Amino acid sequence: MASIEDYGQFETAWCPGCGNHSILEALKRGLVDSGLEPHQILLVSGIGQAAKTVHYLKANVFNGLHGRAVPVASGAKLANQDLKVIVESGDGCNYGEGGNHFLAAIRRNIDLTMIVHDNQVYGLTKGQASPTTQEGFVTKAQPQGVASVPFNPIAVAVAMQASFVARGFSGMVDHLAGLIKEGLAHEGFALIDVLQPCVSFNKVNTFAWYKQRCYNLPEEYDPSDWQAAMEIAMEWGDKIPLGVIYRNQRPTFESRHTVLKQGALVDRKTDLKKLEKILDKFS
Amino acid sequence: MIRTDINVLIGGEAGQGLVTLGGILAKSLVRAGYLIVVTQSYHSRIRGGHNTYAIRASGEKIVAPREEIDLLIALNAETVALHNRELGAGGLIIVDEAFKTINDNCLQVPYAELGEQQFSNVVALGVVSQIVGLELEVVDRALDDAFGKKAPELAEKNMQILNESYRWCSQQGLNFSKLAPASDLRRRLLMNGNEAIAMGALSAGVKFCSFYPMTPATSIALNLAAQASSMDLVVEQAEDEIAAINMAIGASFAGAPSIVPTSGGGFALMTEGVSLAGMTETPLVIVVAQRPGPATGLPTRTEQADLDFVLHSGHGEFPRAIFSPGTVEECFWLTRKAFEVAAKSQGPVFILTDQFLADSARAVEPFDLESLARVEAGILEDASDLPYFRYNIYESGVSPRLLPGMSRHLVVAGSDEHPVDGHLTEDLRVRKFMVEKRLRKEEEIIAEVVPPEIRGDEKPDLLLVTWGSTKGSILEAAAKLRSDSIRVGTLHFSQVWPLVPHQFLGVLRGAGEVVCVEGNAFGQLARLIRRETGFDVHRRVLRYDGLPITPEFIIRELGRS
Repeated sequence: MASIEDYGQFETAWCPGCGNHSILEALKRGLVDSGLEPHQILLVSGIGQAAKTVHYLKANVFNGLHGRAVPVASGAKLANQDLKVIVESGDGCNYGEGGNHFLAAIRRNIDLTMIVHDNQVYGLTKGQASPTTQEGFVTKAQPQGVASVPFNPIAVAVAMQASFVARGFSGMVDHLAGLIKEGLAHEGFALIDVLQPCVSFNKVNTFAWYKQRCYNLPEEYDPSDWQAAMEIAMEWGDKIPLGVIYRNQRPTFESRHTVLKQGALVDRKTDLKKLEKILDKFS
Repeated sequence: MIRTDINVLIGGEAGQGLVTLGGILAKSLVRAGYLIVVTQSYHSRIRGGHNTYAIRASGEKIVAPREEIDLLIALNAETVALHNRELGAGGLIIVDEAFKTINDNCLQVPYAELGEQQFSNVVALGVVSQIVGLELEVVDRALDDAFGKKAPELAEKNMQILNESYRWCSQQGLNFSKLAPASDLRRRLLMNGNEAIAMGALSAGVKFCSFYPMTPATSIALNLAAQASSMDLVVEQAEDEIAAINMAIGASFAGAPSIVPTSGGGFALMTEGVSLAGMTETPLVIVVAQRPGPATGLPTRTEQADLDFVLHSGHGEFPRAIFSPGTVEECFWLTRKAFEVAAKSQGPVFILTDQFLADSARAVEPFDLESLARVEAGILEDASDLPYFRYNIYESGVSPRLLPGMSRHLVVAGSDEHPVDGHLTEDLRVRKFMVEKRLRKEEEIIAEVVPPEIRGDEKPDLLLVTWGSTKGSILEAAAKLRSDSIRVGTLHFSQVWPLVPHQFLGVLRGAGEVVCVEGNAFGQLARLIRRETGFDVHRRVLRYDGLPITPEFIIRELGRS
């Protein structure tokens, strides 16, 4: 069994007080609580402050391009289903640049856990609007205030009947670690959108702002009720619900695939005798 | 009278089944021992338009298409008007008598009498088979192979109409020379370039293919998908080309040899991924099946205008190899080789083909699979030595791979500059070190380079130079010119990068006139040769109207016809 120490402790490039520190801690705890060891997991990230997370714990890592963590993770998972594959990146990376991949990942339902650090702003490039930035938010790039309606990842995921949709908050580490553990245990695509303050560039959605609004869904809440989930997904403003908002037992991509049903691709040898038969059909 | 070479062109609308008809005729010819070269030309539409399927066949060695038509099978009246001028002396047009075509050299076929309209293809097949001189039994069997299983209820009817049409034609007393029987009756495969690329990939152990549909590359993925269950691979249609290349990189990183087929516009979306494969040192085979650009260009036609693009694709500097098969056989062997080079050099390797070769069915010698060694994936066998770093430095620049999850070692790959452990670095000395490490891998690629093929007279008066699918046409143009007593040599590049000047500079310098023949408007190979060697080819014969370069085109452009 791995312990928190096995996942290491590294110096980070994040600002003091950044929500990323807590998300990293919750991630490690979620992994330990799931009984996973560093060599059993593959962390895939894109580009952004959140994407740097993968460099601050011990694991297999593929840190790819901005917006493209999901396709890399999908390919890796299809090649080796025995890996626990986690996408770790921010709201700009996953919902902006990688928006099409987000939709496709929900539809495919490959067994991935996607942890989105959602601070409603672009941190790495110093404070431009992200897809989840609220209307009217003023930045140097949007001096008149953001005119676009924010992207609601939870509502989109629930509307598309993603198989696991959850929201956490970096200020509630125990709760978040629990959500990550649940997401990892879920067979299929699991979205965990994590609200986090950006202490440098988001002076509106601060720690106190979230703390005041976030509440845990009550125990009697039934995440298998799609219509109730749609309503919860639209709740934003004075009250922001946290927890597993929706889940279903859709079959995974892997379980429907004749080749993948038989195990990891990476272990298969090529049978040239079979190819000989295929080539015979050309004569 | 007999002929040694015949060129049959079938023309009609999309949806009339001319590809099916052409395919069965091609298969019959190959089974009868003939060599063939198929040229397909089609519009970007599913119904209507004007499409052609041309088969040149001979019992002797042929490697290029021919322009002059001997037998024109017009499935609609428009075909006669469009191709009448291409008909050679003694050529024959096969038309439906219902077209009421007024032309001397027409065979008016009573299609309606010979079969119902849905069988008009079979009528045409019976007629053309008889005229060419194929034995009915061979065609019967090819027809049955095509439809027997798919539509058994029609099998008998098909046979009956085929026999009837064949017999009808034999009673017409046509004065049209039949094709001389083939003497070399060895078993051959009927295969086009894209099929050969798919089969070559399977032989190399491909386990993953991700793609977004785009003509003329799609059939590579479809051919792989058809064999996915039996050959244990995953073929996934991605949401876009960016996803396609990134999925393949992820799969390859995790241990599945991967291929990505696309065409110019799709490849344009992939170029950041190309750079990622270079930086993360992930083996990847990318097929770019060229069609005319810019932008959407002519979606279903052919061109060789993406050499510059592929050579320079991806930001930053990293090694790469680019193969450019000249024949269907080369499509098979060079795809295999591409997987080998990708594994050895741990980076992107390209296959540049085009619509002409993709769709050009040929009679191919069976591939000897028994003698094939397994393509080694370059994975470290013994991982017990601690510690392991993904980008450990070796003299060759190649760092042995381990696969994530396959040992207790951690494998870390990064698109940021990284030290040996794969994590981020801002250490600029490390940066310099890693650039040099990556570039040293080019030596691995150079050691594997397929030298250009030099043929014909030594120190020729005329040297024809080309790359990729134009190979057959320079060979046949050279043969034709030699018969006019000109000393001609040919130089064909089946790998266009890296270039190794000592392999070909001598022949360039020793030739009287050097002519570069290419399917693009810039003369991209000519410019590349000049950049790499300083040698300026004397003349360029370029084609960029969407059609393949033919031997006749070359001779015309040279002013020697």
